[in-house]
Amino acid sequence: METILSQAFMISLLSATLRLATPIIFAALGEIFTERSGILNLGVEGIMLMGAFAGFWGAYETGNLWLGVLLGMVVGGLMGLLMGFMSVTLRVDQVISGMGIYFLGLGLSSFLYRIAFGIRTVPPTIEGFGETPLPLLSRIPILGPILFRQGIPVYAAMVLVPLSVILLYRTTLGLKIRAAGENPRAADTLGVNVFLVRYLCVILGGVLVGLGGVVLSTAHLKMFWENMTIGRGFIAVAIVYFGKWHPYRTFAGALLFGGAYALQLWFQALGAPVPHQLLLMLPYILTIAVLAMVARGAKGPAALGTPYKRGEA
Amino acid sequence: MKFLRLKLEEQPTPSVPMRVLAPILAVAMALAVSIALIVLAGASPLVAYASLFKGAFGSVASLAETIAKATPLMLVGLGITISFRCRVWNIGGEGQLIMGAIIATWMGIALGRMPALLLLPSIVALGFVAGALWGAMAGVLKAKLEVNEVIVTIMMNYVAIYGLNYLVRGPLRDPTIAGGFPQSPRIAPSAELPRLISATRLHAGVLIALLGAILVYVFLFRTPLGYEVRAVGANPRAACYGGISVMRSIVLAMSLSGGLAGIAGVGEICGLHYRLLDGISTGYGYTGIVVALLGKLHPFGVILAALFFGAMVVGMEAMQRTIGTPFALVLAIEGLVVLFMLSGEVLTRYRIRRV
Repeated sequence: METILSQAFMISLLSATLRLATPIIFAALGEIFTERSGILNLGVEGIMLMGAFAGFWGAYETGNLWLGVLLGMVVGGLMGLLMGFMSVTLRVDQVISGMGIYFLGLGLSSFLYRIAFGIRTVPPTIEGFGETPLPLLSRIPILGPILFRQGIPVYAAMVLVPLSVILLYRTTLGLKIRAAGENPRAADTLGVNVFLVRYLCVILGGVLVGLGGVVLSTAHLKMFWENMTIGRGFIAVAIVYFGKWHPYRTFAGALLFGGAYALQLWFQALGAPVPHQLLLMLPYILTIAVLAMVARGAKGPAALGTPYKRGEA
Repeated sequence: MKFLRLKLEEQPTPSVPMRVLAPILAVAMALAVSIALIVLAGASPLVAYASLFKGAFGSVASLAETIAKATPLMLVGLGITISFRCRVWNIGGEGQLIMGAIIATWMGIALGRMPALLLLPSIVALGFVAGALWGAMAGVLKAKLEVNEVIVTIMMNYVAIYGLNYLVRGPLRDPTIAGGFPQSPRIAPSAELPRLISATRLHAGVLIALLGAILVYVFLFRTPLGYEVRAVGANPRAACYGGISVMRSIVLAMSLSGGLAGIAGVGEICGLHYRLLDGISTGYGYTGIVVALLGKLHPFGVILAALFFGAMVVGMEAMQRTIGTPFALVLAIEGLVVLFMLSGEVLTRYRIRRV
C-alpha cells in the first residue's frame, strides 16, 4: 500500500496521465473546430491513423522528426479536405462519409506501411520525441515533474488549448465559426462565407487530428502498426460531447482518459490479479459510461451534421 | 447552372437506370483509383487484377471459398440494412459477431451430446440472442439517452475483442494443445454445420444467409413493424406524430441488426473453424457496412454486394500470396466504395437537360 500512495508514484501516474492524454487532446481540439462549424466528422480515427503513419514514415525516411510532424499534419489536412468536399460541396450524409473516411484511413495507412517497410521480424523504430525538461520550471516541487518534465508535444497541447479558446471566443473568425455551426443561414445573410468557414474548419480539424496521430507514433510508441489508434479517434469524438464543445472541458475529459490509460498500464506493471484484457477494456467502458452520463445535457451546435444549401427556404 | 446550353437540374426521384448504375460505377471508380495504389506497391495492375480474379473465381474450390467468405458478410450486411433503414448507425457488427461466436463455441462444447437436429437450431437461436443483446445495449442508450450509437458500438467492439482475447487464453482455452496456442477446444460433431461441397469450405451457413435475406425483405417491406422501422428512418418526427414508437423501433432495429451479426458468428464457428480463435472476425463487421451500402440497403442487393466483397477478400488474399500486394488494400477499397457511392447518389439527384 505504501508504494501506491507515495509521492513519487503519484507524480509518475499524473505525469503519465498528461502524456497519454496528449494525442486525444489534439484530435479532440480538431473535432471541436470541425463540429463548431457544423460538420460532424466521424472519420477522426482514420485521419489519426493516416497522420500516425505519415509522421512516422516522414521521420524515418528523412531522419528529421519535424519533417515527419509536418507531413503528418499535411496528410491530416488533406483527409480533412476530402471530408470537407463530401460534406460541404457534395452535401452527402456526414455519418456515412465519416465511415468512408475511417475505412479509407485504416486501410490506406496499413497498406502504405506494408509497402514502405515490408514484413520485418523487428519492426522499424525511430528515436522520436524524448523528454525536454523546461529550465527552472521543471524544478518546482511536485508540479515541476508532472507538468514541465515532458516531451514537446505535451507542451504544445497545453498551449493549444487556451489558444483554441481565444480563437473560438475572442476573435471574429471564432464568431463566424460558431455562427456557421449554430445558424448558417443567418450567418450567410450577415455576409459570413459559410462554405469557406466550414472548409477552413474541417481542414484545420484534420491537421490537428493528424497531429494527434503523429504524437502517438512519434512520441509514445516510436513505431507504427496497423490500427494502432485502437479507438482513440472515436474516444476523441466522445470527449468532445463530454466537453460540450468547449476546449477546457474537453481537455478535462482527455485527462480522464489519460488517467484511465495510465492506471491500466500501472496495474499491468504491478501484476494485478486481474486479467490484463479486462484492464484494456477500461477506456472503452469508461467512454460509454461518460457518454451515457452527459448525454441529455450535451446539446451540440444547432446545425451540426446538416449540410448548408443556399436559397433553400 | 448553365453550361454549353446544357442545364443541370434537380429531380425529385432518381431514374431507375441510374440507381442500378450508381453502385457499379462506384465499384469501377474505386478499382480505378486502386490501380495507382497497386502501381505504388510495385506490381502491374493487369497482373494484380488477373491474380485477384483467378483467386476468387479460378476454380470450384476458389469459387466455394468466395461464397464461404461472403456468408458472414451477407448476414452482417442484412443486419446493417435493417439498422441503417432506421437511420441507426450500427458499426458494432464486429462485436456482435464475436458474441454469437462465443455462445456458439460454448454450446458446441458443453452441449455436444445433444442431437444435431436439436443442437444446431438452438445454437443459431442463442447466437442470435447474444448478438441482439450486444446490439440492443447501444439501441437502448440511443433511444433513452440520445447517446451517439456510432461511438458506443465501436467501443463495444473493443470490449468484445478483449473479452474474446481473454476467453481463448483463459476459461475457454484448449488445454490439450501444447505451447498455449490461444484457441478453444473443437466443438462436438453434432454442432457442425454440414459442408455443401466436399473438400471445400463452403458450408450450410450460406443457406441460412439466403433465408435471412428473404426474411429481412418480408420484415422490412411486408410487416407493420418493418414499416415502422423504415418510417422512423425516413422521418422520426413524422413517425412519432403518426403514433409510431420511435424508441421501440430504434431498439428493435439495433437488436435485429446485432442478432443477424450474431448468426454470422455462429456460422464462422459451426461451419468454418469449429473452434474459437483470436481473429475469428477479420473485419466482417466493417465490411458488412460497405456491403449494405453497396447493396443499396436492399436485402437482395446485399447478397450480390456480399458476393462481390467475398470475391475481393479471397482474390486479395491470392494477390498477396502471388505478387505481394498488401491485403490492407481491401479496406482502402471499401472506404473508396463508400465515398464513391455517396458521390454517385449526388449525381443521381440531378439530370442534364438541353436548354
